[in-house]
Amino acid sequence: MIEGILIGLSTALSLTNILMVMVGCFAGTIIGMLPGLGPMTAIALMIPITYGFDPSTGLILMAGVYYGAVFGGSTSSILLNAPGIPGTVATAFDGYPMAQQGKAGKALAIAAYSSFAGGTISAIFLLVAAPSLSKVSLAFRSPDYFALMILGLTAISAFSSKGQFLKAMMMVVLGLMLATVGQDSLSDITRFTFNNMNLTDGISFVLIVMATFAMSEALTIIFRGKDPNRAAKQISLTELGSIKVNKEETIKMAKTIPRSSILGFLIGVLPGAGATIASFLAYGMERNYVNEEEKQKFGKGSVHGLSAPETANNAACSGSFVPLLTLGIPGSGTTAVMLGALLGFGIQPGPRLYQTNPEIFWSVIMSMYIGMVVLLILNLPLIPYIARILAVPRNYLIPLILFFSVTGIYLMSFNNFDIFLMIGIAVVATFLRLYDFPMPPLILAFVLGGLMEETLRRSLLISDGSPNFLWDRPITLIILLITITIVGWQIFSTFRKKN
Amino acid sequence: MRISPTKFISLLFLALSVFYLYTAYNIQVFAFDENAPFNARTFPIYLGWAGIILSSLKIILPEKVTTEVNHKHLDYKSIIYLIIISLIYAAVILKIGYFISTSLFLFASYYFLGERRWGLMFILSFPFVAAFMYLLHGLLNIYLRDPFLKYIGVMG
Repeated sequence: MIEGILIGLSTALSLTNILMVMVGCFAGTIIGMLPGLGPMTAIALMIPITYGFDPSTGLILMAGVYYGAVFGGSTSSILLNAPGIPGTVATAFDGYPMAQQGKAGKALAIAAYSSFAGGTISAIFLLVAAPSLSKVSLAFRSPDYFALMILGLTAISAFSSKGQFLKAMMMVVLGLMLATVGQDSLSDITRFTFNNMNLTDGISFVLIVMATFAMSEALTIIFRGKDPNRAAKQISLTELGSIKVNKEETIKMAKTIPRSSILGFLIGVLPGAGATIASFLAYGMERNYVNEEEKQKFGKGSVHGLSAPETANNAACSGSFVPLLTLGIPGSGTTAVMLGALLGFGIQPGPRLYQTNPEIFWSVIMSMYIGMVVLLILNLPLIPYIARILAVPRNYLIPLILFFSVTGIYLMSFNNFDIFLMIGIAVVATFLRLYDFPMPPLILAFVLGGLMEETLRRSLLISDGSPNFLWDRPITLIILLITITIVGWQIFSTFRKKN
Repeated sequence: MRISPTKFISLLFLALSVFYLYTAYNIQVFAFDENAPFNARTFPIYLGWAGIILSSLKIILPEKVTTEVNHKHLDYKSIIYLIIISLIYAAVILKIGYFISTSLFLFASYYFLGERRWGLMFILSFPFVAAFMYLLHGLLNIYLRDPFLKYIGVMG
């Protein structure tokens, strides 16, 4: 492991890669700060830029963007009460009241320190857990992978939007349907192309991400432009107050950070869960831990209430890399986008990545930590200046997002069919979003579609067409039982609320 | 009888699933693969049925959480303009090249979204696209096809 860490460090600490982490953190912060745009959009927008890079550098840039976007989301939560991403909604509960009390700088500093600490602790967990889990995951066979993917898709549907399980499952099926367009991987038979040559190679992953996130986010912002409920209540972006944290506040943070980090990391590892659930759970857990006097301060600018979700959401980000790097199965929408990018570089993540491409495996882990340090030393002092980005008028912002989306697709294919297709999918996605049909399950399903069909094919061929493969192996059976429990719980909660 | 938008979308999804399933059954597979435990049709057929079951459930079951959208608060005009501009952009990008089409697209988008600061609009379109192209093509060595710039000799 020490050797791996050194390989990772030497790769991550090269001048180019440090520069990429810095650029990534900075760009991610800016994009993540803009309400409505989260890490998935930020990473998607970066994909075209990484085309010319080697895989490690490209991934390091994306890891930086990921952390930067999460931090940027916290900034808009605190300053505008307009979370850039769902994972920072809980940050606004206490961050925004603190900002309204004239302590915006302090709130941003607490968020930055907590994110750093949460990220650091979970990066250590990742360092220890990932190689061990890689070895364990070598025991996984096709039926286990198939079951695991079903679990991941069910879990993300259950957790992505409360009370919208069926809608999310419909999005999963839609994502899988889109993944079947093009040539069948084994027989080369074309499916659902309707004799259109442009569809023979299937629909590009970048196209789907750009359409359902970047472009559709931009269209949604314009579409809902007249909605008075969405107008942000702006506080002064030029007078944020001191960023110094006093001794009492440091002690409070020191108590909150360890427990929130552990919780965040564990939640992040679970397929489908992630930063949003981690931050809400950490907020709730912290409220139960503190004394009665502190409890009263929750929702009114509590240091515990701000530190807990911030620590947990960053810890969950590191945790979500565990299933991606060890099993090759992303646990969240954001890591699904990263999986797509990895596949674009010709790298198949999974248990063998640890052996076949150790420099990538370790450099991504090490760059996460470097990203944390960069975020702290670069972004914190610059926050008063970066915060002014929030004042960028949407009249400029939206066309620029559309421009980056179209450029990403144009660079990839140099044909206009893909651009037309992207616009079409983006328009459909915008309407679906309007009625709370979640997009992350669609992305995860689209990314996993090919692998899912492949593992199902192998499983069915091995079992000669019999469904016995679903319960022949204990691992498969356990994973499927967990899936059934999640579905059962969704049905139970539906009926309970109805009664 | 008034059908809720969510149920209407589910109905459309049901229609899509039926069409998908019909197309899945009609996928031509090799003769020797016809009775294999798994062929190019198998997975799409499962998906088609899954889509039909899920959308039917959504249509049949009462809605626990209803999503209300106030259409008076939706800016249809701007979004239609943006989509039309994007479609025109997609249609002309190959013919007039990346630089001009992108710059014009940005300029037109700023205009239709209500911007009237001409100087800033210009800077954030033509010079901005030129700088971006230089970043991609000149610095990052990412090929950016532009027949027009190639024709006038700006790009190699």
